[in-house]
Amino acid sequence: MTAPSIASTARAAKRLSPSTLSRLSVARRCNSTGAEPPPAGGHLPSIATSKILRTTREAALRTPGIKWLDEDGNSPLQNTIGGRETRKMNLYQAVRDAMGIALAKDDTAIVFGEDVAFGGVFRCTMGLAEEFGRERVFNTPLSEQGIAGFGIGVASMGQTAIAEIQFSDYIFPAFDQLVNEAAKFRYRSGGQFNVGRLTVRTPSMSVGHGGLYHSQSPEGFFMGASGLKIVVPRSPVQAKGLLLASIRDPNPVIFMEPKILYRSAVEQVPIDDFELPLGRAEVLVPGADLTLLTWGTPLYHCETALSLLAEPPASLAPLVPEALRGARIELIDLRTVLPWDVESVIESVQRTGRLVIVHEASRTAGVGAEIAAEVQSRAFLKLLAPVRRVTAWDTPVGLQFEKFIIPDAIHVLDAVMETLAF
Amino acid sequence: MSSLARLRSRVLPTARQLVPFARSLQTSADTTLLTQSIPEDGSTPFTVKLHEDSFRAYNTDAPSLDVEVTKDSLLKHYQTMVTMRRMEQAADALYKSKLIRGFCHLAIGQEAVSVGLESSITKDDMVITAYRCHPFAVLRGGTITGVLGELLGRQVGMSNGKGGSMHIFTPRFFGGNGIVGAQVPVGAGIAFAQKYLERPSATFALYGDGASNQGQVFEAFNMAKLWNLPCVFVCENNKYGMGTSAQRSSSNTEYFTRGDKIPGIQANGMDIIASAQAVKYARDWVIAGNGPLLLEFVTYRYGGHSMSDPGTTYRTREEVQRMRSTQDPIRGLQRYIEEWGVATDAIDKAAKEEIDKAVEQAKASPEPRAEDLWTDIYYKGTEPPLMRGRERDEVHVY
Ligand SMILES: Cc1ncc(C[n+]2csc(CCOP(=O)(O)OP(=O)(O)O)c2C)c(N)n1
Ligand SMILES: [Mg+2]
Repeated sequence: MTAPSIASTARAAKRLSPSTLSRLSVARRCNSTGAEPPPAGGHLPSIATSKILRTTREAALRTPGIKWLDEDGNSPLQNTIGGRETRKMNLYQAVRDAMGIALAKDDTAIVFGEDVAFGGVFRCTMGLAEEFGRERVFNTPLSEQGIAGFGIGVASMGQTAIAEIQFSDYIFPAFDQLVNEAAKFRYRSGGQFNVGRLTVRTPSMSVGHGGLYHSQSPEGFFMGASGLKIVVPRSPVQAKGLLLASIRDPNPVIFMEPKILYRSAVEQVPIDDFELPLGRAEVLVPGADLTLLTWGTPLYHCETALSLLAEPPASLAPLVPEALRGARIELIDLRTVLPWDVESVIESVQRTGRLVIVHEASRTAGVGAEIAAEVQSRAFLKLLAPVRRVTAWDTPVGLQFEKFIIPDAIHVLDAVMETLAF
Repeated sequence: MSSLARLRSRVLPTARQLVPFARSLQTSADTTLLTQSIPEDGSTPFTVKLHEDSFRAYNTDAPSLDVEVTKDSLLKHYQTMVTMRRMEQAADALYKSKLIRGFCHLAIGQEAVSVGLESSITKDDMVITAYRCHPFAVLRGGTITGVLGELLGRQVGMSNGKGGSMHIFTPRFFGGNGIVGAQVPVGAGIAFAQKYLERPSATFALYGDGASNQGQVFEAFNMAKLWNLPCVFVCENNKYGMGTSAQRSSSNTEYFTRGDKIPGIQANGMDIIASAQAVKYARDWVIAGNGPLLLEFVTYRYGGHSMSDPGTTYRTREEVQRMRSTQDPIRGLQRYIEEWGVATDAIDKAAKEEIDKAVEQAKASPEPRAEDLWTDIYYKGTEPPLMRGRERDEVHVY
């Protein structure tokens, strides 16, 4: 799609008002309850059918940026995929697999947190205590500040510390240790000490009915804590590769696992040891008309939105102008939220001229605000529309309101159409 | 009627008595002895003697084992405990039929703590606890419909459906708090205000054996002792924090001794007469200006930690079964009551009817109003001009 055609669409396309929005939601609800036959192209993509997921061995082994870490690092096989195997795993199994490798290869590695010896609330540590011993995989008392501080001490001695905070909502009692101690350890000791071997894993984002303290996405709160890295995987392959990279990265990493994906995201995952790069975004769908940027769970809402845009079901068709349906949207997974991949995002926006950012945290001073500010200052003259954010409401996550607070595919679609038609 | 005395013969291991803490607390619910015959009249007090291992004390004297009760008060205890259990069972059923979503923590097995506490305090006293809060919310001035409605996320819910199971409040009950341990220093602050405002009342800040290891619990202890606050720190030790047993989480499982210079009482939390007596003692202690007190209830939760936990992976079915069949607070009390020839069937039936009615009322209540989404964030009239929603068009203008 070229700029002139969008400009003409802009005149043709009616701005979606809030009432249109609610009509859209109604349309979608009808669709999902089966009140209407499925569209010709089949059902909308869901996490189960997502094309983002690598469900074949071939696709998994060709994951972009994959770096194999075989026992024999100099082996000529290192970058080949022949002979490598994959296994079907969901996200929690992939996380477990990564920790299994870390524990097996690194005698100093320990895994600890509330109830982790029993597998943890989300089963990410299932069987690790039995396999590696209770002195390496152990339950801690209920004390998040203590867990973080303890992990910092262990890591400062050069040991690999893999801590779990049971829900990312409980990371706030540990906030001081992470922001004041972990992030600044290297700096304030003039480089004599560091806690690069600390990784804090924590389940994050919403599941639809978690309410106030089980639905938050706290990544934005850490944005000012230089020294830390914040990583959010979208799938099992990503979780394994990014977690292994996080564990071995010479900086402390907070690894936020989207909890709704633990079971629902399933891929073929290479069984070997491999890493995926931190600090690098990944283009999942290349495009030229608009950059759609997100991380974690909303990637799947974005995928759904793109399919609604290209092939709207009958109930939505009148609201989706023909001229917009062929728009080529570039879908990017940011993956590392801190430090975020400015270069890749700017490069994409320079080409597309349009940016929509989606996140589950609330709007004010969310990660999207930082990205939008940076993009407008670096790509101002290339922008064809204001940078648009789709985020949660600026309210706490009220239990019964969760579905109205967290953005979904319809909100993404609406923002994409408006930005295209600006 | 004095046949109550036949129920348990008392054994006195005198030699062991000399060693502090060598004896362990017992948690049966039916070992109280009658010391006189029971008066006909329901409101005439009579004295019973609690089992000698009902309390242990740290740096203070234990509460008296002689307790004055009335037939009416015991019947009331029974009725309230039965109703609370029925309410929790109703929540369980509503959850299983998928009408309640999200998190839900039941207090089945722990009724003697909440009901015993409420029976020994006044409406000027304040209570704050963690997420296992449904009975407290009702007893402290809420309604069963209000609690079930909150679990269902309906308008009749006591937090307008915003809070859910873990966040229920009344003017005398500061919740229902989902962040484990966070409620304890809040309790110290409430007690400070009571003292500052010269109200002769106490704050009861409750937490679990698991929560007892949060740093802020110790911070609260120190502040309360330093400033001599009328705060009772109540540890509901049900022996597990999620899947982790007390022994695995706490270097010192004698929770009543963990206050350093703050004295403590450990009480049988399965016997409502003992728990009510302990609370009375604690309340008198702090109101007399003695500063804070630790009060540990040894109790047990029959169900899993929350609805997704079957509760049998980290403890044996036999252990749960044994507690249910031998130490149940409701059955224990029922046994005394029936000894006097007072039938409990009518009470049971009335409790069931009350709960059934509340369930229907709660279910009939509509979902919350849209405007509740953005109210109660800031004080009305002082909020920002608008609250921003998911995208640009979605804005609430105050
Ligand atoms: C800060 C924080 N950490 C962890 C949790 C998760 N969590 C909820 S309850 C609980 C166990 C608490 O056990 P205990 O204090 O013994 O209370 P009980 O459930 O036995 O009533 C845990 C770990 C939480 N809600 N808040
Ligand atoms: Mg407990």
